[in-house]
Amino acid sequence: MDSLALVGLLWAILRISVPYVMAALGGTVCERAGVINIALEGILLIAALGTALGAPHGAALALVCGLAAGVITALLYGLLVVVFRGDQIVCGVAIFMLADGLSRVLLKVQFGSTSNSPRLDALVGSGPLWLLAVTFSSVILLHGLIYHSVLGLRLRAVGDKPAAAQALSVSVLSVRMWAVALSGLLTAIGGVYLVFEQRQFVALMSGGRGFLALAAMIFGGWRPLWGAAAALLFATAEASGIFLQARGLLIPNWILQSVPYVLTLLTLMLRGLLGKTHSAAPLSLGIPRL
Amino acid sequence: MAGSHELSRGPLWLRALPFVWAALLAMAMASLLARLYGQSPLAMYRLLLAGTWGSVYGIGQVLFKTTPLICTGLAVAVALRAGLFNVGAEGQLIVGALAAALCGAYLPVAVPSVVAVPLCLLAAFCAGGLVGAFVGLCKWLCRAHEVIVTILLNFIVRAVMIGVGGYLFLKESVHTAPVIDSAKLPRLATILPQLHGSAVNAALVLALLLAVAIELLLRRTRLGFALRVVGQNPDAAAATGLRIGWIQTLALTLSGGLAGLGGANFVLGYKYYYEDGFSAGVGYLGIAVAVLAHNQPLWVILSALFFGTLAQGGLAVNAMVPRELIDVLSAVVILAVATASAEVRRLLPRFQQAKTDDGNKDVRPPKQTSRESDDAHSHEPPPMQVPETVDSVSPWAAR
Repeated sequence: MDSLALVGLLWAILRISVPYVMAALGGTVCERAGVINIALEGILLIAALGTALGAPHGAALALVCGLAAGVITALLYGLLVVVFRGDQIVCGVAIFMLADGLSRVLLKVQFGSTSNSPRLDALVGSGPLWLLAVTFSSVILLHGLIYHSVLGLRLRAVGDKPAAAQALSVSVLSVRMWAVALSGLLTAIGGVYLVFEQRQFVALMSGGRGFLALAAMIFGGWRPLWGAAAALLFATAEASGIFLQARGLLIPNWILQSVPYVLTLLTLMLRGLLGKTHSAAPLSLGIPRL
Repeated sequence: MAGSHELSRGPLWLRALPFVWAALLAMAMASLLARLYGQSPLAMYRLLLAGTWGSVYGIGQVLFKTTPLICTGLAVAVALRAGLFNVGAEGQLIVGALAAALCGAYLPVAVPSVVAVPLCLLAAFCAGGLVGAFVGLCKWLCRAHEVIVTILLNFIVRAVMIGVGGYLFLKESVHTAPVIDSAKLPRLATILPQLHGSAVNAALVLALLLAVAIELLLRRTRLGFALRVVGQNPDAAAATGLRIGWIQTLALTLSGGLAGLGGANFVLGYKYYYEDGFSAGVGYLGIAVAVLAHNQPLWVILSALFFGTLAQGGLAVNAMVPRELIDVLSAVVILAVATASAEVRRLLPRFQQAKTDDGNKDVRPPKQTSRESDDAHSHEPPPMQVPETVDSVSPWAAR
C-alpha cells in the first residue's frame, strides 16, 4: 500500500469519525451526570434536519438552526426525564421515533419529499474542516471539564451520589439539565457535520451512529478520551470497508454495511467478558432523583 | 429501570389521567402539523375516522393492521414485565416472517393445513426466539445492555436480509417464493362476507389467543411469577434464589418469539410470501403499544387497536398530510404516557393515604411508605402492603 493511499485512509477515518466522536462525547457528559441518553440518535437526526431546513438561507444559518434544533430536542428530553422523571430508556427511544417521524413530515413541508432533500448547494466551503477541528478540541476540552474543573466535580458527584451532592447544596436538577443541554449541543455538532459533509438530508441519515456512539462510550468506560478512541475504532472499521471496496476488493455491500454494527456488538461483548462494565458506570445512572 | 409501568392500583380516574393527557397532546400535535400543511385539522380527523371506522372494509383493514401490533406489543410488554426493554422487535419480526415464509414455501405440497400452519408458526416463533435468546445470553454472560444489543441487531438483521435476499428472492423481485396453499391462513372475509377485500385473517384470532395466553402465563404460572419478580425487584429475586440471568434469557426468548409470530399476519395471511420492507416499523410501534398498555397483555389488545387505527388512518389521510405524521403521534403518545405515569405513580401513595385516613382508620395499610423511600425507588410499583382493593376502602365498604 502506497503512502498516499494510507494518508487518504487516515483522512477518511477522521472525517467519518466526527459524528461518532461528538455523539460519544454527548453521551459521556450526560451519563456522567446520571442521565441515560439513548436519545443521542434522535438528537443527531433532528440536528441534521435543522441544518437542512436552514441551508437554503446560507451556511451560517444552517449551522445555527442545526445546533438549536439539537439543543431544543435535548432540553425536551431533559424536561421529560429530569424534571418529570419519565423512564429514561423509553423516552430516549421515543425521542428517536419522534425525530424520524418529524424529519419526514417537515421534509415534506419544506422540500416536497418524505425521503430526502435536494442537494444543498449553500453548504459548499470549508465547514466540515472547521467542525473537524471543533470535534477534536472538544475531546480535550471535555476531558478537562470533567476531570479538572469544579463543574466537572459537581457533574460526577451528581451522577454518582446525588444525595451527597444535594447535601452540599449542589442543585441536582440544574446540573443534570445543563449536562443534558451540553450533551445536545455536542451531539448536534455531529448531526450538523453529517449534512455539511453530504450536502443533503436523507431520512434516517444518522444510520444508528447515535446508538453506536453510546456503545463506544460504554466501551470507553464513560471517559471522554477513551470514548473518543472507541469512536475512532468504529470509524476505522467503516472507513476500511469503503477503502477496500474502492481498491477493487469485491465485498458485497450488505457485509460492508453490517461491519460497524457487528464490530460494536463484539466489542460490547468483549468488554463485558473482561468484566469491567459495571464498575465503570456512574453509580446513579438511570435513577431519577431530585 | 425500564421495568415497571404497572399502575394496577389506585382510583380509576387517576390511572386514566396519563391516557387522557397523551390523547390531548397527540391531538394538539396533529392539529399543529396539519396546520403546517395548510389543512384543517377537523377535516383531517373526519377523513381519518371515515377511512378507518367509517366502513366495514375500513374496520377490516384496521384489524389487519392491529394483528401484528398485538404480537409486537406483547413481545415488548413481556420483556418489560421482566425488567428488560426489547427494542429489537422489528428485527425479530423480520426474521420470524422470513422463517415462516421459507418453511411454508419448502414444505411438500401434500402436507395438510393442520400440520403446515403450526409448523410455519413454530418456525416464526423459533427464529424470533433465537434472536431474543441471543440478546438474553449477551446480557447474561457478557453483561451487555439489552437495549444497545437489540438496536444493533435491528441494523444487522436489516443488512443481512439484503444479503440473504440475493439468494432467496425470486428473480427480478424482492420477495420469496409463495407458501403452499395449505400453509395459508384463511381470510375472515370467508366467514363474514362484508369484510370482502380487506386482508384481515385468522392471524387476528391467533394474536388474541396469544394475548390471553400471556396474561395467564404472567398471572398463573411459576415462570410468569418469577418473571414479574425479576422485573420488579431483582435483588429480592436473587435473594429468594431465582436465577436472574436464566429467567431474563427466557423472557427475551419468549419476547423474540412473540415478535416473530407477528410476521405470520403478513406472510401466511396476506401476501403469502416474505417481502422486503414489509414490516414498516411495526416492531417500533410495538414499543408504543406496550407503553400505552402499561405492559398488561389484555390492554395490549386495545392499545394495538388504537395504533392500528392510527396506522390505517395514516393511509387514509395520506393525500392531505404525509402518513409519517402517525409516527410523530405515536412518539408523542409514548412520551406523554411515560412521563405522566411516572408523575401519577408518585402521586398514588399520597392519594391512597389521604383516602384511607378519611375513610376508615382500621383498614390503613400496616406500614406506610415514607416520601423518602418512595423517591429513592420511584421506579418500582407501589409496595405490597397497600390493601388489595383500594377502591373498596370507602364509607360504604366500612358499613
